[in-house]
Amino acid sequence: MSSDHGKTLSTAEHGDEPAFPLPAHRHRLTDTSPRAARRAERQVAGMFVLSALLIVAFIAAYVAIPTSTFVNLGVIGIVQLSNLILGATFGLSILLIGIGAIQWAKKLMSDEEVTDERHPLGSPQEDRDEALAAFQMGVTESGFVERKIVRRTLIGALALFPVPLIVLLKDMGPLPGDSLRNTIWRKGSRIVIDVTGQPVKPQDMGVGTLISASPEDLNTIQEEQGNQNERAKASIILVRMAPDEIRSQQSPKGATWDYQGILAFSKICTHVGCPIALYQKATHHLLCPCHQSTFDLADSGNVVFGPANRRMPQLPITVDSEGYLVAQGDFQEPVGPSFWERG
Amino acid sequence: MSITVKAAGAGVTYVDQRAPISSLLKANLRKIFPDHWSFMLGEIALYSFLILLLTGVYLTIWFKPSMTDVIYNGSFAPLDGIPMSEAYASALNISFDVRGGLLIRQIHHWAALFFMAAMMVHMFRIFFTGAFRKPRELNWVIGGSMILIGILEGFAGYSLPDDLLSGVGVRIVAGIVEGIPVIGTYLMFFIFGGQFPGSDFIPRLYTFHVLLVPGILLAMIGIHLVLVFYHKHTQYPGAGRTNTNVVGFPLFPVYTAKAGGFFFVVFGVTTLIAAFVTINPIWAYGPYVPDQVTAGSQPDWYIGFLDGALRAFPNWESVIWGHTISWNVFLPSAVMPGLLVTVLIIYPFIEAWVTGDKREHHLLDRPRNAPTRTAIGVMAISFYGVLVINGANDIIAQAFNVSFNQLTWFTRIGVFVIPPLMFIATRRFCLGLQRRDRDLLLHGRESGQILRLPHGEFIEIHTPISDEQKAVILSKIDVPVMALPVATDANGVATPKLRAKRRRARWSRAYFGDNVARPTAQELEEAAHHAHEAHAHEVHAHGAGELADAGKDH
Repeated sequence: MSSDHGKTLSTAEHGDEPAFPLPAHRHRLTDTSPRAARRAERQVAGMFVLSALLIVAFIAAYVAIPTSTFVNLGVIGIVQLSNLILGATFGLSILLIGIGAIQWAKKLMSDEEVTDERHPLGSPQEDRDEALAAFQMGVTESGFVERKIVRRTLIGALALFPVPLIVLLKDMGPLPGDSLRNTIWRKGSRIVIDVTGQPVKPQDMGVGTLISASPEDLNTIQEEQGNQNERAKASIILVRMAPDEIRSQQSPKGATWDYQGILAFSKICTHVGCPIALYQKATHHLLCPCHQSTFDLADSGNVVFGPANRRMPQLPITVDSEGYLVAQGDFQEPVGPSFWERG
Repeated sequence: MSITVKAAGAGVTYVDQRAPISSLLKANLRKIFPDHWSFMLGEIALYSFLILLLTGVYLTIWFKPSMTDVIYNGSFAPLDGIPMSEAYASALNISFDVRGGLLIRQIHHWAALFFMAAMMVHMFRIFFTGAFRKPRELNWVIGGSMILIGILEGFAGYSLPDDLLSGVGVRIVAGIVEGIPVIGTYLMFFIFGGQFPGSDFIPRLYTFHVLLVPGILLAMIGIHLVLVFYHKHTQYPGAGRTNTNVVGFPLFPVYTAKAGGFFFVVFGVTTLIAAFVTINPIWAYGPYVPDQVTAGSQPDWYIGFLDGALRAFPNWESVIWGHTISWNVFLPSAVMPGLLVTVLIIYPFIEAWVTGDKREHHLLDRPRNAPTRTAIGVMAISFYGVLVINGANDIIAQAFNVSFNQLTWFTRIGVFVIPPLMFIATRRFCLGLQRRDRDLLLHGRESGQILRLPHGEFIEIHTPISDEQKAVILSKIDVPVMALPVATDANGVATPKLRAKRRRARWSRAYFGDNVARPTAQELEEAAHHAHEAHAHEVHAHGAGELADAGKDH
């Protein structure tokens, strides 16, 4: 055999003998002992019978167990009983069919390995030649090569054929216009608490408080479905800090955008638009739960960490004649993620 | 002839006279498939897809893909009276008011997770064993594309229930689309039918998820399987196995039972997991409202690497001529995965170019015998792994009480440092295994028996390895390293395309330069001779031992 050792197995020519022969087949117990074979047969049949019984159990559970019953399974948690029993009976039933079939194959079907020859892939050379000749004949008969004007106009027409298919997509949505630059905040828009819809007075907010808020008129907005689009842009957070903790603000010289240490910022992250509400009172840092961009609200909402590039836009606020917090106007820059036209 | 065979014969005859099925059956009923556990990975992916199709049809019966506002009045009390989209309400309805609905939903979700995992591990198996080589490059391209499409399909399905968790995911995708230079804003408005979130997205996504993408996947899987059939399955090296044969069991009956049974095993296990382990409890998240979010938001695992990249990328953004380019969004979420998938898909062609190999390969490589390829694979997996880990940096930071800022910096540096280190380590590890293989062939296995020779020298007896082991080790192909081309030959003629040839030779050396050569026939002969001598020593020593024992008895 040593003379075969040097043969490169994987470059062997078709029909070559392997360098080492297939190891001799070893009989299983089920091949030699009829008793073992019968036992295997009983095992397989037992699994199939159990599988069928479990289907009956499934139907009984389907009829008997309401979806409103829950059980506590400790580590696994609270689960719906119906889900548990239906899944357990059905799952086990099909699992048994699978295991039974595999057991049948492994114990009772022939386990003698068979060798098949591979044949070179690809069509025989003569087929390839004939195919090429047939194609050549088609090309000649069509005049595709000689009749240049037909060929070129056809290519031109085909190139334009997809255009309507693309044009038709135009009405998938309106053009952005300036919709990404505006929100519904107006001069005098009352700031209301998100959850309750209550307007906010400065004395309601202690130092260190954070409130999720929105404009009062949001509730009067009726878009095609609710007011989600405006809500997605207009949401803000209100925070109050001691005025001497505020190191800088986005307000231009001479303007006051906070009200006695109450600051309003957009709630929409400038990275990819997650709403932000994780606020660390001691550092005045605002943290995005999605990608961990961190903004310093005491320092103009500037980015101190993470993938966001731009500061959180600040909403200029003041109080109205009744003493409620209101906006001085809209945001001075687009809120939310950057976009190509933003500039 | 038994009744079964007669009945089947009658059936086949009926069909045969209308469609020539007998020729097909003749060629394929006894087709041989080789056996190995790793060949089941692709099967898991296939069966998970079938489970997805089946359970998906059930879900469409009750799911309402609509963003219309409704007030929930179903049997899940904590959300009673809450306004929400019809999609979310119907997903709740499936979970709490349709008997077995939750089970179907959970099987569907678990099967999706297994589908993606099985495809990826299957791809690793194909990669590390070189099963993508000629003639299977096309199947590699189809498979790689299916993983990409699978990610999109999974994300679409995850987003459909319109719960708070998935809605935040959609918000992030909208932000990513907005970040694409030039066309991003328009694309976002076209996809969402206007501003985010609008009311068109869920119905559009639904058709994408239940019709368009499954149709494409089904067609690709069909081609994938036909090619597997046509090529005949690859096999691992071993005694009796060559590049030109296939050793295993026939499709009918052994593989019909094994593979058919395995479908039921995959289905059964998925169902049992869905019975016991809750996945995606949408009722706990609440309906999507654009100004709310939950802390610890996590996508499904196969999106994790994208999210991890998005989290780690530095906050670069530039404004050029009044236009904003969000490098911090565009590079990690569009360019990085695009490059990763492109390199992955064209890899077989890169390797074929480096080796210059035009032969068919049906005998699988052992990963150690292709050290550079194996190292590239481990490098890619570690790159991916670092990003996946970073995708959960908030969870890890909380669980292990470490700073997420440091974790992010670890990723930012680690993603460039760890993969090359893994490359070097893997390559050396493979080369070490090659040397060990050579030793095993030439010197046999250490038997642990120490022998003292008559003149006092101690030697360890080495026993030759079995023929089966030899067959496995000798399956290694020594790919010749391409010689650096000379600028001008002996006759002073300049080599054409010199630079391209040089580049290729350098790649060839990098790939194969360090490989440990297979022992030559002569070396093996000498080794066999040597082993024979050692055996003689052993017999001699054994005899001496018997003498000594005999002495004791006296």
